Amino acid sequence: MSTTAVPVEAARARPLDMLASWTRKNGWTLGLIAFLVLLLVFTRAIQPRYGVAGVQGLATSVLPLALAAVAQAVVVIGGGIDLSVGSMMALTSVVSASLMDGQSDWFGVAVVLGVLVLGAVLGAVNGGLVVLTRVPDIVVTLAMSFVWAGCALLVLPTPGGGSVKWLKDLVIGPLGNEWIPKALIALVLVVILIWIPVRRSRLGLSIYAIGSNQLAAFRSGVPVGRTKIVAYVLTGLFSAVAGLSLTASTGLGTPVPGPYTLMSVAAVVLGGVSLAGGRGGVFGPIVAVIIIQLMRTDMTFLNLNTNLATVAQGIILIGVVMIGTLIQIRRARA
Amino acid sequence: MTLTTTDLLLEATGVSKTYGAVVALKSASLAVRPGEVHALMGANGAGKSTLVKILTGAVRPDAGRIVVHGRERTVHSPADARHGGIVSVYQEPALIPDLDIRSNLRLTETPLEPFRHWLAELGVEGLDLSSMARQVPLASLRIIDLARALAIEPDVLMLDEMTAALPANLTERVLEVIGRQRGGDGSVIFISHRMIEIGAVCDRATVLREGETVGVVDVTPGSEERIVELMLGQIAERLPGRTTETASPDARSPAEPRLTARGLSSGTKLQDASFELHPGEVLGVVAVEGQGQDELFDILSGSERPSGGDLLVDGAPVSFRHPADAIRTGLVYVAADRAEALLMQRSVRENIALPFTAPLGRWGLLDLASERRKVDAAVATLQIDARAGREVRRLSGGNQQKVTIARWVAGGVRTMLCFDPTRGIDIGTKNQIYVLLRDLAEAGAAVLLYTSELKEVQLVCDRAIVIFGGRVVAEIDTADADEASLLRAAYNLRSDAPMPELVAAEATASGVSAQAVRGSETTAVEPGQPGAEP
Repeated sequence: MSTTAVPVEAARARPLDMLASWTRKNGWTLGLIAFLVLLLVFTRAIQPRYGVAGVQGLATSVLPLALAAVAQAVVVIGGGIDLSVGSMMALTSVVSASLMDGQSDWFGVAVVLGVLVLGAVLGAVNGGLVVLTRVPDIVVTLAMSFVWAGCALLVLPTPGGGSVKWLKDLVIGPLGNEWIPKALIALVLVVILIWIPVRRSRLGLSIYAIGSNQLAAFRSGVPVGRTKIVAYVLTGLFSAVAGLSLTASTGLGTPVPGPYTLMSVAAVVLGGVSLAGGRGGVFGPIVAVIIIQLMRTDMTFLNLNTNLATVAQGIILIGVVMIGTLIQIRRARA
Repeated sequence: MTLTTTDLLLEATGVSKTYGAVVALKSASLAVRPGEVHALMGANGAGKSTLVKILTGAVRPDAGRIVVHGRERTVHSPADARHGGIVSVYQEPALIPDLDIRSNLRLTETPLEPFRHWLAELGVEGLDLSSMARQVPLASLRIIDLARALAIEPDVLMLDEMTAALPANLTERVLEVIGRQRGGDGSVIFISHRMIEIGAVCDRATVLREGETVGVVDVTPGSEERIVELMLGQIAERLPGRTTETASPDARSPAEPRLTARGLSSGTKLQDASFELHPGEVLGVVAVEGQGQDELFDILSGSERPSGGDLLVDGAPVSFRHPADAIRTGLVYVAADRAEALLMQRSVRENIALPFTAPLGRWGLLDLASERRKVDAAVATLQIDARAGREVRRLSGGNQQKVTIARWVAGGVRTMLCFDPTRGIDIGTKNQIYVLLRDLAEAGAAVLLYTSELKEVQLVCDRAIVIFGGRVVAEIDTADADEASLLRAAYNLRSDAPMPELVAAEATASGVSAQAVRGSETTAVEPGQPGAEP
């Protein structure tokens, strides 16, 4: 092995190298985006009338799922998994809907803030139980998913409540150009406001560290337990945002968890986050959610039997992950 | 001596094994006669454990033949070896913790009556076979393992460090039982770091060095010297590590030591470690495997809490509850196993930045510019080839180790605890690390260095302490120590007389009382423990 010193600086010197390195680093997400573009072309081919309305509908349906995927991604990067994301979304959704129903705009602001705190608390309970009892993450969060879902039904036995108008306006409809859905803007804003500061701070580094190698993180002085709890708090917080987006986009609080938990796990895997922890980001899962939703739309356009469509969706999901993994293995060997 | 192949019970010739670029075994041979107790000797990394793994079928050799009872055999798996009459007992008990003893015996199809017989012979009475393996004390588990192996009357019984950390009374029984195997049909291959045990039970010894069999010695009184000689081989010439002979240790040792350990102990492995580490020096730790050095470094780095003793940093007593506490007082740890220290899937930058980016335990925004400066400076200082820096696992072993050192250098190092930092890395990088450790000491840092390569002690260290049986038994000035005397010291042998009675008494006395092993936290302290200071 040659021992010539090539400091990191050298790689930064040339913009072309920088671009190449950035491409490699975000290879998976870029691949997903390319796949998404192909899918959009395909959609347009089978349904020439797919346009503004389609994009707007897609964005609205993607928003809660994408936020759920981000919530899941944070805790998975930290080496855990949260099976109560869907239940936390249901609970925060019904709490916000029942409190905001028919209230003033300013009261709505207070409710939104309160629900965000509630989400953080739910996450703290999950994380605290995982760290203190040392029961595996999957067991604790599965159990807590029943608890949160039960609480949601106690608050609101049937879908109901309402949302203040400004919250609805935040996510429904286009902004400026008719092609730009507000839901997309809201999603990007939330991620930028919460995730980017975390990623840039010691906390983000610590979350990646405990997910990547707990022993190494511990030996490097990272408070492993505390970091894990904070990762769960972030997951709770993003779940609360997802719950609020449900209330906002439907105008109702829905006490039944829906498919969000398992979809978030699927999106995280498809989005290039390693279930073993320590690898990936939140943008891959967001793109993955859009792909999953668009595939469903396409299957409707193709007039596929819904049951068959579900089967096809599963096969495509595992196929994409398998191909991606094979490419990575081959690249690692080269 | 004219023995034909058929007279031998087990014969291995030309066995070799490489792992990637690392040659674990070059050309090992081993010939065991029926009815003998045969010692397998070699310094750390000589290839003993690889040879054992090959003989028991845990590892496939690249080349070489293994002949048992005159017939060539390919051993595919441990179960296969077992059916062929080769059974091994390791230092770590091989019982399944969540099964009771009876089920464990059933799993290996061990006949019960002979098992009970051997258990009684070995001095373990009244064992409840329905107790869970998890609840049986460690020492008893080892005895159960041995009785289980003896019960199926193997042709070749392999004991790998079986007596390490076994209480003295049980060790005696084990040696007695092994001794009685001599002259029977089966043979025993015996691996131990304790010369005294070799002398007590073994007929012959095969010595490995750097993956090759370098000699077979008849064990007689005084043959220990010959064995040590063979293990050492030619003394390696001095490497260009220590450029200048610096001032005498006294001149560079101010009154206040950076680190003072007084009677540190941890369970039964570490009994009484006392020493001082001064700023500006590299203090070597000389020990053969499993003498308590692992526990000592775990305590010093804040990963484990000691069960007794005091630790002082800069004269003030400290008690670490987390590695972060140790890092705050300036005690940083470099592990032998990079997998324990690095985030393999993360970048060089993140790995170096992890411990120092912000005050530990705080979660503020990172000052990326200053972090980058520090990381780049450390990368340059250690000459890390960071071309594949996006994922640390793509770096070579040597470069990975440099990253683990760089993270502490970048943060400004005061006291560095290095546990075998050059294990399994290339010679060029080793030299760079030696120079770096010397430079750190020159700059006023204190370095504690455990190494399994004794020549590093001469190259890098100002003085060295010897740990044997969990105690610091000697201190050596490396200026007038050669590799042979260091190795003798590591085996707790005196340099003049090969096996004096004092050492023999010491080796037996340093065993632990059975009560201590049974889980009570008290440490057995023999009054008037004689030091082996020459």
